[in-house]
Amino acid sequence: MNSLQTFFAMGGYAMYVWPAYALFFTVLIADTIAPGVRRRRVLRELRTRLARQSMRQNRPTPAPPSP
Amino acid sequence: MSSWIPLWLHKLGSPPTFYRFAGSLRPWAMALALLLGAVGLYGGLVLAPADYQQGDAYRIIFIHVPSAEMSMFIYAAMGAAAFIALVWRIKLAEVVAMESAPIGAAFTFITLVTGSLWGKPMWGTWWTWDARLTSELVLLFLYLGVIGLYHAFEDRRQGARAAAFLAIIGIINVPIVHFSVNWWNTLHQGSTVNIFGKSKMSWDMLWPLLTMMLATKFYYVASLFNRVRTDLLALEGGKDWVRKIAADEARS
Amino acid sequence: MKRPGLATACTAMLRRDLTLAWRRRGDIAMPVLYALIVTMLFPFALGPEDTLLQRIAGGVVLVTVLLAMLLALDAMFSSDIEDGSLEQLVLAPQPLALMLGMKILAHWLTTALPLIVIAPLLAAMLHLPGAVIPVLLLALLLATPLLSLLGAVLVALTAGTRRSGMLLALMLLPLCMPAVIFAAGAVAAAQQGLPWLAPIAWLAAALVLAVVLAPLACAAALRIALDA
Repeated sequence: MNSLQTFFAMGGYAMYVWPAYALFFTVLIADTIAPGVRRRRVLRELRTRLARQSMRQNRPTPAPPSP
Repeated sequence: MSSWIPLWLHKLGSPPTFYRFAGSLRPWAMALALLLGAVGLYGGLVLAPADYQQGDAYRIIFIHVPSAEMSMFIYAAMGAAAFIALVWRIKLAEVVAMESAPIGAAFTFITLVTGSLWGKPMWGTWWTWDARLTSELVLLFLYLGVIGLYHAFEDRRQGARAAAFLAIIGIINVPIVHFSVNWWNTLHQGSTVNIFGKSKMSWDMLWPLLTMMLATKFYYVASLFNRVRTDLLALEGGKDWVRKIAADEARS
Repeated sequence: MKRPGLATACTAMLRRDLTLAWRRRGDIAMPVLYALIVTMLFPFALGPEDTLLQRIAGGVVLVTVLLAMLLALDAMFSSDIEDGSLEQLVLAPQPLALMLGMKILAHWLTTALPLIVIAPLLAAMLHLPGAVIPVLLLALLLATPLLSLLGAVLVALTAGTRRSGMLLALMLLPLCMPAVIFAAGAVAAAQQGLPWLAPIAWLAAALVLAVVLAPLACAAALRIALDA
């Protein structure tokens, strides 16, 4: 237990070392997750667009109003 | 295009091929990055002895130096991709250049913050106007400028080309900034800080550092492939191969 | 039809831009007023002690001039883009880089030159010693064209976008930092009685390089930004 405590204490520099590591991992995890979120949004938007298009193709398009 | 470029490279430049290629390679790159990162951090945080001058505070080096190296490495990669994008107008090169910028900005930001977290106990200050620090800050602004210019255009490809041009201007700028701040320091006789000291690192400290440098390289590849794949889907929304992916993913 | 010579085209371009600027004289005065007001704020913010103001005078004047130029930079091509004359210029048979160089020269004459003219006044407001003012003017004469040229490349890059004010500042800041360092360094060295020729020489070298390269880069950037 004692050795674990000294490890986390970092020789008195814990308040500098651990925030640095925390930031490193937070930024990189955010960088890894962000494209996945965007990817899901892009595909969802694409699917709704495709659904709209196929609906329009099944139904005859109304004639455009004459000018 | 010239005939000396092998055919497989042409094929790799086409979005659906690259999408599949990146998709199959990405898990391996990420696994290697995680494995090397775990080994490097174990070696650096647990096995390596404390520094006789800096105590345990020097352990920030295992993320600070790899991040600093990546911030410049990614800028060089972005510049190379930007050059290819401008000269040969390859869509994939545009995407690679533009998707490298956020990763590079993230590493630059990490470098700046971990650097000041390291500087506070060692030099007694969060920040000093040293050439290296200032160049890193300018690098962050360059990244942000590239990202901002890319998003300022409504047409994505046009924005990518304009931002690629800015990235190339930036490559010329960084050495000039470094040189001018060095000159400025000699004029002002500010606090001279010796960042790494003269002493050579012992092998116990060096191998975790080198391992972490390798891990961040693999992380860059994994993250870049992830981002490029997503961006290709967004850019090629009207094409058949993207529609197929969208339909397949809805079913599963 | 005989194509007019390059010199004719250059003078025509320059005369056109100067005439347009003269028709809107009020716009020329704006950066000057801005610089005056900003410089006026410093004594009020920092206190009226002579020694402190003297120490910061050179840097404050340089940064104020830089910001005033940044304010005016946005307008370099905007009216030409709106009325389509810039696209005509791109299509014209004359080399685009040369024509843009003339436009940059006209812009420098109408925005930076008035600022240089009032720079001694700004310096005097902050009690800069009279002996240093020639060095300050020399530094400004070399640094402002450099900023105009670098700024022109960036303005050309943002030509196709709508909101570009803050973006321009973000992009210009890293590029203009060396110019500010050397210009302010020359003034500071002169103030301390040290030789100030070296930074001035560096600025001049950078300016020569920029005069050659920036119009070409500006033309390339404009072709990218307008290529819709």
